[in-house]
Amino acid sequence: MTTASEAPAVGLTHQASENTGLGHRGPQSKSIVVPYGFWLFVLSDMVLFSALFATYASLVHATDGGPVTSQLFERTTVAIETLALLTSSFICGLAMIAAKQKNMLWTQIALLLTGLFGFVFLVLELTEFAGMIAIGAGPQRSAFLSSFFTLVGCHGAHVTCGLLWIGTMMAQIWAKGFQPHIMRRLLCLSVFWHALDIIWVAIFTIVYLIGTLP
Amino acid sequence: MTLFGRLTWDAIPFSQPIPLITSLVVLIAVAAIAVWITRNHWWPYLWNEYITSTDHKRIGVMYIVLALVMLVRGFADAIMMRAQQALAIGQSQGYLPPEHYDQIFSAHGTIMIFFVAMPFVIGFMNFVVPLQLGVRDVAFPTMNNVSFWLTASGMLLVNLSLFIGEFARTGWLAFPPLSEKAFSPGVGVDYYLVALQISGVGTLLTGVNFVTTILKTRAPGMSYLRMPIFCWTSLASNLLIIAAFPVLTVALALLMLDRYLGFHFFTNDGGGNSMLYMNLIWVWGHPEVYILVLPAFGIYSEVASTFSSKPLFGYRSMVFATLAICIISFCVWLHHFFTMGAGADVNAVFGIASMIIGVPTGVKIYNWLFTMYGGRVRFNVPMYWLIGFMLTFVIGGLTGVLLAIPPVDFIVHNSLFLVAHFHQVIIGGVVFALMAGYTYWFPKAFGFTLDERLGKAVFWCWFIGFHLAFMPLYVLGFWGATRRMQHIPDPTWAPWLDVAFVGAAIIGLGIVLTVVQLLYSIKTREQRLDVTGDPWDGRTLEWLTLSPPPHYNFAVLPDVHGEEAYWTRKQTAIKEEKLIDEPNYQPIEMPVNTPTGVIVAFFASVCGFAVIWYIWWLAILGLVGAFAVLVWYAWRDEHEHIIPVEEVRANARERRRIRHELLQELIKST
Repeated sequence: MTTASEAPAVGLTHQASENTGLGHRGPQSKSIVVPYGFWLFVLSDMVLFSALFATYASLVHATDGGPVTSQLFERTTVAIETLALLTSSFICGLAMIAAKQKNMLWTQIALLLTGLFGFVFLVLELTEFAGMIAIGAGPQRSAFLSSFFTLVGCHGAHVTCGLLWIGTMMAQIWAKGFQPHIMRRLLCLSVFWHALDIIWVAIFTIVYLIGTLP
Repeated sequence: MTLFGRLTWDAIPFSQPIPLITSLVVLIAVAAIAVWITRNHWWPYLWNEYITSTDHKRIGVMYIVLALVMLVRGFADAIMMRAQQALAIGQSQGYLPPEHYDQIFSAHGTIMIFFVAMPFVIGFMNFVVPLQLGVRDVAFPTMNNVSFWLTASGMLLVNLSLFIGEFARTGWLAFPPLSEKAFSPGVGVDYYLVALQISGVGTLLTGVNFVTTILKTRAPGMSYLRMPIFCWTSLASNLLIIAAFPVLTVALALLMLDRYLGFHFFTNDGGGNSMLYMNLIWVWGHPEVYILVLPAFGIYSEVASTFSSKPLFGYRSMVFATLAICIISFCVWLHHFFTMGAGADVNAVFGIASMIIGVPTGVKIYNWLFTMYGGRVRFNVPMYWLIGFMLTFVIGGLTGVLLAIPPVDFIVHNSLFLVAHFHQVIIGGVVFALMAGYTYWFPKAFGFTLDERLGKAVFWCWFIGFHLAFMPLYVLGFWGATRRMQHIPDPTWAPWLDVAFVGAAIIGLGIVLTVVQLLYSIKTREQRLDVTGDPWDGRTLEWLTLSPPPHYNFAVLPDVHGEEAYWTRKQTAIKEEKLIDEPNYQPIEMPVNTPTGVIVAFFASVCGFAVIWYIWWLAILGLVGAFAVLVWYAWRDEHEHIIPVEEVRANARERRRIRHELLQELIKST
């Protein structure tokens, strides 16, 4: 039932219709439309990464006499990175639960931890990059390294954007409380954050695991 | 490192009269328009009703205005090329030096595809899709506004290259290694890359927006197989945008990394592979063709059915054909470079796939023919375009099938034969549809129809001009004339190039007449007012509401029964001799205007310009500015404004009165 503060009629908020999800009973509510649109965006991001994966796969042996995968990658560091990112995602899930309970303190704490673990991941990744550049295995060295830095770096850039987003959301929840539109944004944020895990799992497998096979 | 990067006074083309004079003329024209708007005190109106509007109809109109303006620019490039090739034969070198000629053909292709065809098509999707779905706006109205302004930002940068610096000399897809830093050290390719990245973001957001709109927000009762065919083709087109544009982003980003940071994706050294770029760019590029042509097919379908006074023949086969094209379009990209040397087997697979995609397209042609067959055909201007399209497009399709045979392609690859082919399918397929749609939906947007006589003159100019301009190129292509030649060595080609020039000039006359038609129609609009909102005896929901529609489109979302929502409703009303009972009106909530789009696009343009000229502090400033605006927008408290029920009711009653009169007339006439 709609309350007085909510929209009165079938406007763009589409509140008078039933949320079947199929769309033929009239326009869907914003709580369906917004995440749906965001999922489509995530889909397009997946396409973007698949193009980068394809680039990596076709250039991985184009080392131009430079270092090859097995000389560069360290499984231990990457394992720690993975652990940091997955923990971060788990805590992001906890943040969503806290937000649904409208618990300000725990939401903020959980979001902060989500961001911190993401930050740890990022620092580890940048350390790895810096180490490689230091031994002359920077992206300018060969086509393989160009594609490696671009693929992994693009994921890192996404994590950085995610951190920026987490910070903005923390400020917004603090200032505005758990309003419906803010909850929708939070949902999108968590979709984004989990999607980055999926990408990372693919990077972990295709780049690092296969790259360090004996 | 200097404050302004590599930007110096040398960037202004003082020594080259053509770009300098063009720049001055454009600057004076823009200034004159600005003065004219100021003197008429139109800025507040423009700001409130267009620039900051979240109304899909207004945004659609802005897209189409942008496309028409850019059509003039793109055509100016075209006629310069035709003139150069007609003059620079044998001893003569013509009037364009190679470095200028190369910029012109690059700009022509880039502008025509990205800033004419795309905004024109997206403009129609904006204007028409929500109306046809029977809803009030797209799923994300503010994002829609942002999309438009990002497209405009890309357009601005491409045109800025005329005044400051230069444009790419690498063709419209900037193939490496030519487009690499080593061979194109100037700013031209950077203008190209940055402008397309910015407008590409806008297009991607449009794709997300429209897929969500079509799949999630439709009037009650409008199941998938009741959607008008234009909505289906728009859906397919936007799905292609979501699947293809990220690949364009990647291809251009990798080239940028090569150019800016010395990476080795496509370079000749360091293990780079320039054919990787071909693959990536055409994985986007071939679907792009269908992103343009599928909505065009949708327009033809609407026109065929409306002006034949018949339901579309084979509606379901049309839907299947559309989706089949949507999928197969991702399986043919390699036919753009059969000569890469992928081997006979790979070429055969892609050759066959390219021929298969002709099958659903053929299905569509037959469907339009059978829609006309046995119908009461009215020969209004859109119908001219439809028939002209079918004649032209079938020839273009057949030459395409010819090109899809790898051994033949080896002979005519990169020749004028190819140029003739793709102009035939894009002008004959897309541009004709856009002109048909422009005539067809103009009264819905502005409340009066366009002059028919001038409309037909425009059609004949394009139709005759097109065939004169491009048929000779098929001949020349067979004789071995490669594309993009600044100088023609063989004097026996001269007569054909002269004919082609005349053809281009006739198309130019068509463009002039389009402007004349618009001005004349505005001047004499009283004679052709569309008072009923249904000037063509339409069949889809956009004709249910008044012309121009109110901001909220429909006072009450229409209930859809059957495939042709509005036609069914109209026939029921005629049979029962009354309109449906007056519904219970309620207040309507609509999104508020926002300057977010235009400000974000401003910062994007600043950032883009700075990146092109290596002014890094300014680039960072632009990014921070764009982010700050988005956060500022996210902080807003007012999301929607409410249109009071009294206003809704008063407008709706007025519409019912008009509809009642129309109904009486219809009853009398049947």
